[in-house]
Amino acid sequence: MNTWLRQHLAAFRRALRRLWAAPLNTLLSLLVIGITMTLPAAGYVFLDNLKTLGKSAAGVQQISIFMQTGASADVVKGVEQHLEDKVPGQWHFVPRETALNRLKSTEGMAEIVASLPRNPLPDAFIVEPRDASPETLEALRESFASQPGVAHVQLDSAWIKRFDAFLRLGKLAVSLLAAIFAAGLTAVTFNTIRLQVLAQADEIQVARLIGATDAFIRRPFYYSGALQGALGGLAAGLIISLGIRALATPVAELASLYGSAFALQGLSPQFFALLAGIGAGLGWLGAQLSVSMALHQME
Amino acid sequence: MIVCSGLTKRYPGGYEAIKNLGFEIAGGDMVFITGHSGAGKTTLLKLLGAIERPTSGSLIVNGQNLTALRKAALPYLRRNLGLIFQDQKLLFDRSALDNVLLPLEIIGLPPREAQRRARAALDKVGLLEREKANPIALSGGEQQRLAIARAVVNRPTILLADEPTTNLDPDSARQVFDLFAAFNQVRVTVIIATHAPHDISGRKPRLITLDHGRIAP
Repeated sequence: MNTWLRQHLAAFRRALRRLWAAPLNTLLSLLVIGITMTLPAAGYVFLDNLKTLGKSAAGVQQISIFMQTGASADVVKGVEQHLEDKVPGQWHFVPRETALNRLKSTEGMAEIVASLPRNPLPDAFIVEPRDASPETLEALRESFASQPGVAHVQLDSAWIKRFDAFLRLGKLAVSLLAAIFAAGLTAVTFNTIRLQVLAQADEIQVARLIGATDAFIRRPFYYSGALQGALGGLAAGLIISLGIRALATPVAELASLYGSAFALQGLSPQFFALLAGIGAGLGWLGAQLSVSMALHQME
Repeated sequence: MIVCSGLTKRYPGGYEAIKNLGFEIAGGDMVFITGHSGAGKTTLLKLLGAIERPTSGSLIVNGQNLTALRKAALPYLRRNLGLIFQDQKLLFDRSALDNVLLPLEIIGLPPREAQRRARAALDKVGLLEREKANPIALSGGEQQRLAIARAVVNRPTILLADEPTTNLDPDSARQVFDLFAAFNQVRVTVIIATHAPHDISGRKPRLITLDHGRIAP
């Protein structure tokens, strides 16, 4: 094993020993870091679930194309061809007779329909495009509206736009929150490491006198900061997972009342790794700032 | 080999602790720096150990000019110097063995080799049986010998000791000087700052006497 690697391993072990040597302090630091990271991370998870909910909401991604009542079979065929050529996704044709029968079967409508002199309903296409972004849906609506024989294209794009705007606003708010809490986490690590440096002042001074480089002195503190950040990130993941677990059943029951099979998504291992990575990075940064300042003051 | 000329150290505020010193110390010499309190012994030792920077003049230690040495190069110079302080500067949160292991951890020696060398150094100063003891449990003489073990474990070419026997009884002081003499016999340059003339009696070291920062005639 080369010297560089051996010194890093030794620094990592020293950092672990320092954390282990003061378990209560370590636990409290991890809790503070964990809670600090929980708020923006939980916000992100909430928005992610909301996005899924939006996608799964019935009818949201549907476009209804109503033909003119007198549209010929050829014109209908033309629209059908346009759908086949231009729209990735699912669609189906609802003939006007089928639509009338469905209306008849609706409670209280049979007599009204029977009193009509003729079928007033048009042929229609129900389209569910694969790409349900508001821009795509709007482009499709315009494209169908210009087709010959098409009387009306119905798309609840305003709802989708509002929902999308809300998600974007939410993302921005979560990002701002994350930036503020990232600064907070860096400050927490900064202070924790500063106290560690002060507690180790004698060792640092002796080590310098007997030939320690700055890198040798700094390394264990960097690892200490990164470890605290990473463990704090994992603690945040754990807190969010427990929260999701507690909310999963009530949310599923509420969704079922609205005829939705929506269920809260738990955290993936990748998200846990991301939280640990972000925590480690911010912890490292806090440690670096803290050690640089403390060593400078010692000099 | 140490060469200095025109060496001056002026502290902020204008006080000159070392004034225009010039001398040479050959490899393997044993030198006592003496003088009354405030003569500049400790400052000179700090300059030789690169703990302080000269204000002017030239100071060459092991072929490196300390006046122009980059900060990043200091640790590597110090690894070839064994520093022994009046207050020992031992770490009381670890065992005697761990204190001696520290310089070896700094140079990244493999743990097994480091343990072997640290125990050999402790054996040399007669403290192998106390390797697990906390330094606070050691007597003044033992603490000083532990500091010597830590200073020599890296096999330095120069040993610098600042008042190493100040707080020791005559027996402990004799043991410490015997150790310095033993290291000197294997061609380690030993430079000791002391104000107590009796430390010197019975030995034949070279003497540099300082008076108000200058070499006394």
